Amino acid sequence: MRFKIVSLIAVAGVVAACGTAPTSETASTSGDGSATTSQPKIMPGSADDLRVNVGDRVFFAFDRYELTAEARATLQKQAAWMLANSNVNVTIEGHCDERGTREYNLALGDRRANAAADYLMTLNVPSTRISTISYGKERPVDPASTEAAWAQNRRSVTVVK
Amino acid sequence: MTHRFFARFACSACALAFLATIFVAVEARAELEIDITRGVAEPMPLAVTDFYGEGQGEKKFGANIASVIAADLERSGLFRPIDPKAFIQDVASLNVLPRFGDWRIISAQALVQGRVEMTVDGRLRVEFRLWDVLAEKQMVGLAYFTIPSNWRSVAHIVSDAIYKRITGESGYFDTRIVYIAEAGPKTKRVKRLAIMDQDGERHQFLTTGTDLVLTPRFSPTLQEITYLSYFKGVPRVYIFNIDSGRHEILGDFPGMTFAPRFSPDGKSVIFSMSKAGNSEIYVMDLATRSVRQLTNHSAIDTSPSMAPDGKKVVFNSDRSGSQQLYVMSSSGADPTRISFQKGRYATPVWSPRGDLIAFTRIYNGEFYIGVMRPDGAGERLITKGFLVEAPTWAPNGRVLMFFRQDPSDQYGRGGKTRIYSIDITGHNEREVITPEDASDPAWSPLIHNN
Repeated sequence: MRFKIVSLIAVAGVVAACGTAPTSETASTSGDGSATTSQPKIMPGSADDLRVNVGDRVFFAFDRYELTAEARATLQKQAAWMLANSNVNVTIEGHCDERGTREYNLALGDRRANAAADYLMTLNVPSTRISTISYGKERPVDPASTEAAWAQNRRSVTVVK
Repeated sequence: MTHRFFARFACSACALAFLATIFVAVEARAELEIDITRGVAEPMPLAVTDFYGEGQGEKKFGANIASVIAADLERSGLFRPIDPKAFIQDVASLNVLPRFGDWRIISAQALVQGRVEMTVDGRLRVEFRLWDVLAEKQMVGLAYFTIPSNWRSVAHIVSDAIYKRITGESGYFDTRIVYIAEAGPKTKRVKRLAIMDQDGERHQFLTTGTDLVLTPRFSPTLQEITYLSYFKGVPRVYIFNIDSGRHEILGDFPGMTFAPRFSPDGKSVIFSMSKAGNSEIYVMDLATRSVRQLTNHSAIDTSPSMAPDGKKVVFNSDRSGSQQLYVMSSSGADPTRISFQKGRYATPVWSPRGDLIAFTRIYNGEFYIGVMRPDGAGERLITKGFLVEAPTWAPNGRVLMFFRQDPSDQYGRGGKTRIYSIDITGHNEREVITPEDASDPAWSPLIHNN
């Protein structure tokens, strides 16, 4: 599956950036798709369920907010998950890399969050269940100043409320 | 020319009052002058002597005031204070009359002397004289009264008077900087609103770091700061009153409000609001709370800054496909692109003089700070780096501050982020010393309007 390949590359990037041995978290996210059986603590419909079994984030090209094919595939899984867990509401965070100016990046992050939200809505997730927020370049996941880190930081993250 | 000058300056930021008198008629303009429109290769050597005082307390104030003045003038890059160890004439005899030969021999072109007295009602009286050593003429002489704890403000006002007399331009030393203090790892950065004098002294934190805060800007009235806060997780523009310590949200808007700036008259705030992923520029009248929308475009429209006459607005938009600078009328009419060199442009800020717009430019993996005229002509880049951003103007329109962030290594270490000042000529770049990392500086107007 295409999603799994993307997810593996992403994890490899994080591991390389940290320069440490894989932690249990990275091991579990890079594990087999049927991870629920090996992760008995994960509750269906929980934040961990979304992150580990569905994929909570999608990535964007530099200074872009259009969804890639990979991003749409992830969001399709998120939409199915949200329709299966109808009591869950989410906030979609839009983020940018550090290679832009602060105010423009707030606007760009807002566009990214809304691009993801709009796509979920076209997949029948009610708009009342989705809110958005932009963090611009304020909350990177990878603090390095490298192309690999910036690619990780240009993202939208779907967060269970 | 006789000055019948007797002014009372209201000190809005610190709720104090100054009394200033010119006690000696200002001499006709002497030959001693510096043209600050060109880069200065050789700073003017001058002697700043400890201000004379009778008592121990007065002597100490006199020495402290002189050292603040010398540091101000040195940092401007236009003056070279001579090491006091080289001085021949002592302060006591200088208090009677300068022996100009003693100052010429150590190459001083200008001489600053003064006197400090504690008055019977507990105030500090500070007087100073600036002498043209070669012409043997007094260039300016002034006296001030203040409460003793405010001696730093008097020193900065004296620095401004010296700067103004010699360059012909108003100074910028009696000013403050509001900025964002930063600490902790990049992934969990703690940001606090902070304020300090332009020389980094009298530093205070204004928020605790609980909420993410960004992009503070001064009101021309000096009592208020507008900034972005993620209070309760909702990014909105706030107004902070320095005197009362109150934070107040700017209006009730359905989407993120950001990129605020006061209008030059302080009566309104211009800002961006984003709805459903589209940002537009709005202006709110602070008295009536009425809001006008200035842009209407599917592109990003942000970072607005008004011209000092309030008639035009420069802003950042990617309506051409990449972020560029545009100027429109303050009604929103006729948006016209002004940036045309290679790369992307951001953070335009109109000079208080009206003659230039400062900006950030991103090209070929590097960031630059530059200036251009409001029609886009005469672009000059004045500094560059891995990341330089957010220029802010000194009130005289001759000096900028901005912040510089170093790259981080693969573990996220490094990434030093500090505020710097630089002349618009590109000369004299200096770090402004802050207790921790620092970004998003905003320069106040002159505090006592000297």
